[in-house]
Amino acid sequence: MSHDIIVLGSGPAGMAAAVAARGRNKSVLVIGNRWEDSPLARAERVDNYLGLPGRTGTEMLREFYDHAAEMGVDFAVGRAISLMAWNGFMVTVGSQVYDGRALVLAPGVQRQAKYPGEEQYLGRGVSYCATCDGMLYRNKPVAVVGRSKDAPQEANYLKSLGCQVVYVSAQQPQGLDKDIPFVKAGKLAVKGEQTVTALEAEGADIPCAGIFILRQAVAPTDLLPALETDNGVIKVDRRMATNVEGVFAAGDCTGGPLQVSKAVGEGHVAALSACEYLDERK
Amino acid sequence: MVHFSKEGFDKALAQGGLMMVDFWADWCGPCKMLGPVIEDLAGQYEGRAIVGKVNVDEEQELAIRYGVMSIPTVIFFKDGKEIDRKVGVMPAGAFTQVLDENQ
Repeated sequence: MSHDIIVLGSGPAGMAAAVAARGRNKSVLVIGNRWEDSPLARAERVDNYLGLPGRTGTEMLREFYDHAAEMGVDFAVGRAISLMAWNGFMVTVGSQVYDGRALVLAPGVQRQAKYPGEEQYLGRGVSYCATCDGMLYRNKPVAVVGRSKDAPQEANYLKSLGCQVVYVSAQQPQGLDKDIPFVKAGKLAVKGEQTVTALEAEGADIPCAGIFILRQAVAPTDLLPALETDNGVIKVDRRMATNVEGVFAAGDCTGGPLQVSKAVGEGHVAALSACEYLDERK
Repeated sequence: MVHFSKEGFDKALAQGGLMMVDFWADWCGPCKMLGPVIEDLAGQYEGRAIVGKVNVDEEQELAIRYGVMSIPTVIFFKDGKEIDRKVGVMPAGAFTQVLDENQ
């Protein structure tokens, strides 16, 4: 199913963009994690959002989500794994492909640096997507680095395919199959020769053929390498346009202040710019 | 654009010349995304390069032979030897660059 605008991110910036775009009669798909897992949900009290003082982050997110849903925004819950700019934009979430004609990036801030060896072995044993690559590791030992809410489920999926799974994470996971060994570790490195041979966890090697590093989101620059950033922040002009045609960005991903009000304002502007971009191309 | 069986693949490889092969599977979302791009390139480079696809579920031997560990993986061959490979989804330009440089 095609949409006019795809929004990546289900936080305030993404929802504001979605609502504004619907106001201009464009079809909108928001791809993102469950809004309940947004960093904003952890805020106990937000007192500086105009008109809604004293709300919890969760209350605000729920109101934003309900508003977007009422306006006819479509949602795809999940993590965008890859993106292709070709005749518009195509985004994959697991094995589903979505396409749109303009893109609004509102993924928030990701403070998770890559592990040593990760970039080097991407595609040679390191993968970000269990659904995509799991089948290639059937009956092989794999390590799952769990840094997202769904990581335990993805580890269980890999086990069901016949992979010999070891789950590695800094905290005890919820929902992990009881037969999958759990290694508590935070300091990790990828080791290998031509391809991955082991995951080093707190100095000890876990031999494996594949390492699935499952973070909450794939960084925007991994999705779109052509995207111009400055110290991890996406560069935008006052219209929230990035350097890539048809791609706009809003919210925490464009830099500080990391505040809901800023995210909402930017989301709105990004959407209007995206609508203008689409209208000019008709 | 060719859908390679193992026999077809080996035959094309033996012919020499420039070849671009997309290793894919139908449960792989990013592969489905790349599909139309590969087909488009097949048309664009007709006569100048052989462009084809290998389904890794159907042709496991080929996938193992070339150490395909993540899909999509696109491997470039010249005169029967691998000269480059791209792992993951990339803009069309990444592929045309390799094709143009090796004409």
